[in-house]
Amino acid sequence: MNIHLILQMAAEAMGDREAITAGDQRLTYAELDQAARQLAAKLQSGQRLAYLAENDPAMSAAIFGAALAGTPFVPINYRLAAEQVDALMARVAPALLITENGRQYSDIDRISRSDAIIGDAMAGEAADSEDGVAIELFTSGTTGEPKSAILRHSNLMAYIFGSVEFMSAGEEEASLITVPPYHIAGISAVLSSTYAGRRMVQLPSFSPQGWIDLAQKEAVTHAFVVPTMLQHIVEHVGQNGGKVDLPKLRALSYGGGKMPLPVIEKAMQLWPHVDFTNAYGLTETSSTICLLGPDAHRDALQSEDPQIRRRLGSVGQALPAVELQIKSEDGAVCSADEAGLVYVRGEQVGGEYKGIGSQLDSDGWFPTKDVGFMDSEGYLFLDGRADDVIVRGGENISPGEVEDVLLCHDGVRDVAVVAVPDEEWGEAVGAAIVCADFVPGEDELCDLVRSKLRSSRVPSRIIFMDELPYNETGKLLRRVVRDQLAGQ
Amino acid sequence: MDDIIKAGTKLSSTVCQTQIMALRVPAEALEIACGGAPMATGDGDKGEIDSDLAGGTLVGKRYVDEGETMEFLCTRAGEGTIQVNGQSLDIKQAKQLPSSD
Repeated sequence: MNIHLILQMAAEAMGDREAITAGDQRLTYAELDQAARQLAAKLQSGQRLAYLAENDPAMSAAIFGAALAGTPFVPINYRLAAEQVDALMARVAPALLITENGRQYSDIDRISRSDAIIGDAMAGEAADSEDGVAIELFTSGTTGEPKSAILRHSNLMAYIFGSVEFMSAGEEEASLITVPPYHIAGISAVLSSTYAGRRMVQLPSFSPQGWIDLAQKEAVTHAFVVPTMLQHIVEHVGQNGGKVDLPKLRALSYGGGKMPLPVIEKAMQLWPHVDFTNAYGLTETSSTICLLGPDAHRDALQSEDPQIRRRLGSVGQALPAVELQIKSEDGAVCSADEAGLVYVRGEQVGGEYKGIGSQLDSDGWFPTKDVGFMDSEGYLFLDGRADDVIVRGGENISPGEVEDVLLCHDGVRDVAVVAVPDEEWGEAVGAAIVCADFVPGEDELCDLVRSKLRSSRVPSRIIFMDELPYNETGKLLRRVVRDQLAGQ
Repeated sequence: MDDIIKAGTKLSSTVCQTQIMALRVPAEALEIACGGAPMATGDGDKGEIDSDLAGGTLVGKRYVDEGETMEFLCTRAGEGTIQVNGQSLDIKQAKQLPSSD
């Protein structure tokens, strides 16, 4: 299998359809295939294809061009400091690097985005490699040195075949792409949109107004955002008269981090005609493994039944081709509503790192290291990372449950709960609060937690911050919060 | 075509433009044909299509046998009917999932 097949089918079946809109630049599927072939022709034997730039037609061409040449595509985070990029480039070499910056790297040939997709083109079909690597994607490295996650052609094709129908998009459909190239959702957006035949409208740098303007200008019908983006869009609308018309927008999906309930509720009120979908997935699983679809969103928002109502905070049910299991720390499978570690299995699950190897157990299960539980109908509720659990005197406390309670307070706009060192208990609960319109009293907040949960969950330390530290793809940097709280 | 094939194997019709890729196949020798003639792993000379087996194939559709023991993806459309061991395959009805990326 080879992911270039996706583009080959699109170019043959709908070659004249517009594939990409990037500013004034427009490419059809036939032109995108030609661009991929031009890139493939530039790769020397043994070179990877690395990409260090914002979203651009060359990025979409590079995913398929690398596949055509039988070498991995390796996107690099362009927001990293120069020294961090240097360290990653040393791990990627030898490579052809698409970039606009002038820095030299050892054993790396450089080419600009515009030069990458001109010139001679490779002909023919992609070579079939049984177990070839399509993508090497560095993890964000929030807990240590970035790992290079490996996704094989077979993983990504299983994801596409399991979740998208070929040419299922109407000619008028367009998807607004704001997730950067080095994020798994930025890769899967290219594969899914191409297979569906849905035009990609690229927004290289996100701002709420820029997103709204482009959605209106290009009659965008679909979009994917990370939770912080939606939060900024919703707040921006609130600050500008409380109303923005997006009449063409039909579907808004979100994922990549925990969505605060007030944000999704507000968004559903702002745009009741829009179908909202929550997608949960990991780099290691070729993107989405779980979906909370539009009907489940509407049912939850309207329901009086707390079991249904709470599903708005769920990431939904496993994709048909994916299995999920919750296991306790001793490996026993948990029953409904019982919290444990989330495991996933399926052909789209790569679950391996370069130089480290496969993390799948003998039965093919991959440990996501997320904590959560499933209800009796298979709706998955996540409760943070296993590493983030606070252990207070032997009692496990999930930051998520304390955060959910604190967010109910009118004075709390955003909150992060982390472990703080405690002489008596080993660890205790610390909370970093971003205020809404007024500063809530610490006693009030503690009383709230005590009344809704129990005394062991009450924060022993509270700090107020202007903003929480998120990285650009919406991942909360809990380590930074922990350091701030420990420094108080 | 009368060999044991693996998932990922691409086959071309010898009488029309149809191409398929095996997604799920049993580990046994299968007689895979299109338009009345055996399919081949490479592009070859095109023969005459059997007019009784000219139902056509649609690109992007999945084709399955009655018991859904095997599944093929049509990667290029053509005029022939796909058959395995003499039985015509049918289009699998897909469940559309909401777009998630």
